[in-house]
Formats: sequence, C-alpha cells, structure tokens
Amino acid sequence: MTGSAGRSSSPRDDDVLLEIADDELVVGWRNSEWTGIAPVLEEDVAFSSIAQNEIGHARALYGLLADDADALAFDRAPDEYRCAPLVQLRFIPDWARTIARHVLYEAADELRIERLKASDDPDVAGLAAKIDREEVYHRLHAQMWAERLRDEVRYREALDELWPYAAAMLERDLRPELAARLELELPRDKVLLGLDRGVHGEDWPALWEEMTMVRRSVPGATW
Amino acid sequence: MTASEVWAALDEVEDPEIPVVSLVDLGVIRDIRVDGDRVHVAFTPTFLGCPALEVMRDRMAAKIAGLGAEPDVEIVLDDSWSTDRITAAGREKLRAAGFAPPAPRPARTPTLVQLQKGFRCPYCGSTDTRLDNLFGPTPCRSIRYCESCRQPFEQFKTI
Repeated sequence: MTGSAGRSSSPRDDDVLLEIADDELVVGWRNSEWTGIAPVLEEDVAFSSIAQNEIGHARALYGLLADDADALAFDRAPDEYRCAPLVQLRFIPDWARTIARHVLYEAADELRIERLKASDDPDVAGLAAKIDREEVYHRLHAQMWAERLRDEVRYREALDELWPYAAAMLERDLRPELAARLELELPRDKVLLGLDRGVHGEDWPALWEEMTMVRRSVPGATW
Repeated sequence: MTASEVWAALDEVEDPEIPVVSLVDLGVIRDIRVDGDRVHVAFTPTFLGCPALEVMRDRMAAKIAGLGAEPDVEIVLDDSWSTDRITAAGREKLRAAGFAPPAPRPARTPTLVQLQKGFRCPYCGSTDTRLDNLFGPTPCRSIRYCESCRQPFEQFKTI
C-alpha cells in the first residue's frame, strides 16, 4: 500500500489491522443473528444495521491488507482467525448478555480506533476516521441500552462475566484506559487466562462453519 | 470533453437507494479528471457497509462510457465525505421526497438527548418530533416521529 514507505518510525501494524477486521466481521455476524427475532422491532432494525456497518468496516480493513477482501475474510482455516473470544460467544436468545457485550465491545473498539486515527499511515488514519463517524451511532445505541438496563440484575451479572473478555480484547497498554472509562476494575492477569486473542472457544466452530458455508460450497466461483 | 461535461453527466446518475438525489447531489464525487479519452473519477462511499457501492461505481462507469470516454472510477476510503457534503439542491430534493436532510455536523459528538427532539418534520414543518430509532432501513437513515402531523419519517443521519 501507499503511504507508509519512508515513515519507518511507525510502521503499519498489519497484525493489528487483521485482528480488528476479524473482530468486526465476527461481531457483525453475531449482531446479525438478531435480525427478525429481536425482542422489539426497533432492535431488529438496529442490530441489522449495526451488523451491516461492522461487516463493512471489516471489508474495508481486509481491503487494506489484501487485493481480495473476500478471500481473506472467508478462505482461512478456523484456527487462523484472530478474532477475540468476546466476539465468538453466541448469546441468542439472551438479551442481557447481548447488550453487555455490545456496551463493552463498542467501548473497547473506540479506544483502538482512536489509536488508528493517529497512525502515520494516511490510508489507515483516513479509514479509521471514516469508521469512527459510523461508530458514533453504535456507541449512542449501546449507551441508550446501558442506561435502560442499568439496574437489572441479569445485565449487571452479564457485565461482570464479560468484562475480562473485553479487557483481553485490547492491546495491554490500552486496558487501563478502558477500565477507567467503564468505571470497572482492571482484571488480574489470572482472570484473563484463556481469553487471549487466537483462542477459539466452543461457539467458534459452528460460526465458522456457517459463515464460510456458501463460499466453500462452490470453490473459486465468481459471485 | 471537459470535466464540467462529466460533472453534468454524473448529475444524472441516481443514488440507487434514494433515487430522488443524484450522486453529485450526495457529494460523493470528490474529483473528476479528463485525460484524453480517459476520465478518472474519485468517489467516496457514504457508509462503508453500503451495498450500493458497486452499483454506484458501475452506473458512473456506464455513464462515462456513454459519453464515448474510457472510465476509470476509483473508490477512495478516506475521511473526505461527511453529510455536510450533500449539496443545497440535494437537501431540498430529499425534503421534498419526505426525507429530513441531515443536520449540519456539530463541533462535538452529539448526545442522545440532543438527538431526541427539535428536528423538523419534512411533511408539516413542525419541530415537535421525536427520535424513534437511531437506525433505519439503510445505514444512512434514522426513524423519527412527528407529534404534530403524526407521521413517521426518515432522517439522514449526520456523520
């Protein structure tokens, strides 16, 4: 890609871009599972729209890394995906945990987008700024639900359960800021065992199977 | 062929999802360069997940080919598009079709409270409207409800 040559002080970190792209693709998939079955019609629309945005962000990020975004998105073996354990979890039909993940994910995502916006690579910084314009609405939506469910026991328990997953999703040096913004205590290292990026949980194989099914059905086809 | 002739031709290309506005009205065309028989167009998508992206690109290419030139349409994924780039003519066409045009981009990120009330209904002109859903039928739209004429309406999100 253009832009990064000659700026070796801060080279583009393609590993991080792939991690973010995989998170966005998979959380988009999980969000899309509410299409048609959310508890209220407004949320059918909202989660579908958020899913569309997240998968659009994944597509654009994959496009920075490869000529064929679809091949990068769908042609890897299950253990090659770099998505965080948080986004792999399947919550249907648990709305409390769905909202807890949404709130935690969007807060963590905001921090790493801020970092990308400050990249020396103009392609990365420009795309991150464009992504951020859309993410503003995801955060407002998450905030609305966080306020609505604030005193619900099931939601509080879901937040406690998933908070270590959200912390583990970020690069280590961003975690204290995330904890501060969410007003939560930074989890101890032993709580984060097994939550590392690259670990694939029990919900992952079925998601991969479904996500890549059509593409695998006719290898090499032009769609 | 001149760049202004290409601008005029592309002003006839409809947005695939809101055909009352053209791609020029939407402000998604960032640059047009004519180089002999080749016409280079740089355009930015509105939203990254917009499924109309390829349709827009193909329609522009077909329009340019129709002028007898060779199209080269480049999709630019930078931060140069915002809803502030929708032209005054585009806003008026949106309003006339029942879509509330986007509010100007504020200096700071809007809050939920700010988004609740005060936006103008495109049907009756009342500002007694409320937010029904931040999200709508496409990524670029929210749903609002007018308490005055009791009509739900769609509003372009400000991004």
